[in-house]
Amino acid sequence: MADTAVLAAGAKPAAKTGAGDAVLAARLDALDLPVGGFTAAARKDAAARLQAMGLPGARDEYWRYTNPAPFNAPLPEALAYTSRESSLFDGIDRLKLVFVDGVFDAAASDPLTGEGMQIDILSTADAGPAHWAGDLYGKLETSGQTPVKRPFAVLNTLAAQDGVLIRVTGKVARPVHILYRRDGQATDVHVHHVIRLEPGAELTLLETGGIGARSNTVTEVEIGKGARFHHIASKRADDAKLGIGHIFARVGEGALFKSFSLAVNGRVMRNEGVIEIVGDDAVAHIAAAVLGDGNEGAFHHDDTVFIAHAAERCESRQVYKKVLKNGAEGIFQGKILVKPGAQKTDGYQISQGLLLDEGSQFLAKPELEIYADDVKCSHGSTTGALDETALFYLRSRGVPKEQAIVLLVLSFLADALDEIEDERLRDDILTRLDEWLTSRAKG
Amino acid sequence: MSLNINNLHVKLEDEDKQILKGVTLEVPAGEVHAIMGPNGSGKSTLSYVLSGRDGYEVTEGSATLDGADLLAMEPEERAAAGLFLAFQYPVEIPGVGNMTFLRTALNAQRKARGEEELSSGDFLKLVREKAKTLKIDAEMLKRPVNVGFSGGEKKRNEILQMAMLEPRMCILDETDSGLDVDAMRLVADGVNALRSPERSFLVITHYQRLLDHIRPDVVHIMSNGRIIKTGGPELAIEVEQNGYGDLLAEVG
Repeated sequence: MADTAVLAAGAKPAAKTGAGDAVLAARLDALDLPVGGFTAAARKDAAARLQAMGLPGARDEYWRYTNPAPFNAPLPEALAYTSRESSLFDGIDRLKLVFVDGVFDAAASDPLTGEGMQIDILSTADAGPAHWAGDLYGKLETSGQTPVKRPFAVLNTLAAQDGVLIRVTGKVARPVHILYRRDGQATDVHVHHVIRLEPGAELTLLETGGIGARSNTVTEVEIGKGARFHHIASKRADDAKLGIGHIFARVGEGALFKSFSLAVNGRVMRNEGVIEIVGDDAVAHIAAAVLGDGNEGAFHHDDTVFIAHAAERCESRQVYKKVLKNGAEGIFQGKILVKPGAQKTDGYQISQGLLLDEGSQFLAKPELEIYADDVKCSHGSTTGALDETALFYLRSRGVPKEQAIVLLVLSFLADALDEIEDERLRDDILTRLDEWLTSRAKG
Repeated sequence: MSLNINNLHVKLEDEDKQILKGVTLEVPAGEVHAIMGPNGSGKSTLSYVLSGRDGYEVTEGSATLDGADLLAMEPEERAAAGLFLAFQYPVEIPGVGNMTFLRTALNAQRKARGEEELSSGDFLKLVREKAKTLKIDAEMLKRPVNVGFSGGEKKRNEILQMAMLEPRMCILDETDSGLDVDAMRLVADGVNALRSPERSFLVITHYQRLLDHIRPDVVHIMSNGRIIKTGGPELAIEVEQNGYGDLLAEVG
């Protein structure tokens, strides 16, 4: 039955008048929507906004390269997953928060206490009428709807069943690690996290594991004056999944935002990063390393990034690297918007595709929109094959071809990995990538 | 170890252009041979074909290393068999540390030969010792392969790789190009330190000055895809003084 429903919705042209409403109605109908306590007003508002904007159609400008049909379908496709638990960051002292099929598992998690921060769980906190996160839940998401509509983020605000709420008041040395586990085969998961860093605070947030067969995540991050936020996300390798993730960040004066994500195979994934720099002298970096093999299931990975500069002397970087083979598709849509008055902005964007065969493709749509006259903004995008000369150089030193390709792939990804500031975390990711690539090269 | 090249004919894979037209050459164990010749004579092509670079097609002839058919091997197999090519333009590999590269290469070769891989401790000791004699500092070892290296540093790095991998047949492709006098001396000293009765060298160069530092036993003159003259070190001096014109005229 589930399969029929997926096919029916997927085949429908959502852009046609009337049909869009039906798609949305069917989508909402299949969900168990929470009423919410402190989030009730935000959820109600989201319901109204979603009705007004509808779900995306293939003709929407920012959905031209990624078919929204699998995300519009009322029920997710059943996708088998590997039950192997991710051991990434195991050697690092961290506070673990476990979510199973998108629901917090207290028994499997560490106690919700940490020096310099207050942690609450959305489903628990939302039983009450008031919470500090009430000022933020759905707020950054809402402001991130201009100028580009992001209907799935609205859907998430409306439908989120769980998430973490973290208020950071001090410099937290121990990273908070959200570990996702999958139990069901056809789970449709909506997770919504809210994070506020008070002035001068610092937090490292790690996310690993498989969230669900189909997942929709929203993370809202407010970064106060001089605060520093580091984010590293790695979704379980080879885990078949449909995922759409959003991160909405507001970066204050002299603050730092750094987000890195790693994706290794999957199916259809879309990550949207929406960052607004509102305080002077702030820094925002967002990066991703993506490896996709079309033979592991039609691989399609889309990064859609929007960074708005609304203050002076701020720096932003977007670094996206995708390694694609066997018909895999990589998409990058990245924009830097420099608002009037955002003088001395230093904006940089690079997106690169490494195609390991002729059947794969990388599509990039870089955009710059600048309304200030004293700024430095640059962007670059390249698509290419492995450098034959470098490959020969390595082989001539005795490195077997497969191993040489692994080295060149790691070399290609290096700029993105360098965006991880913490050396231990970067080494962990690098080691894992190396092992994964090497095992693949042999197989 | 001896290298035997016999009547080697090579054309470009993608176009109908013959580059080598019957090269015959023997480099016995322990000897240093130099190949000189004007631009476009096929010197670099010879070095690429011997080390297994794509893009060339052998139409006739053979090349063997101690009797083993080089042309039938993959580039990495040739390396494990003891062949080394010092590149004219060493390749930059961003994001891969020089140490990681060296260790990967060394252990891959050892593994291919059925030897134990070197532990990180032993490797570090070895690389520091070899680097020191070539005046390569720790910083250079840590940096990504050849990235941001000066011309001299790149060539020294090639010689460091040679010293680490201990090949028995070394081909130096215009290692002197882009080097000032001091850098050339440093590179030459590195090469001379590696000379031994078991190790042979084929030094490809345009100029005699490198051969002042790396004294060859035999000098070959290559032109238009063939060895046109072979002699002692004095042949290099003759070329330096008179150019290639006389030699070319001699063979018609």
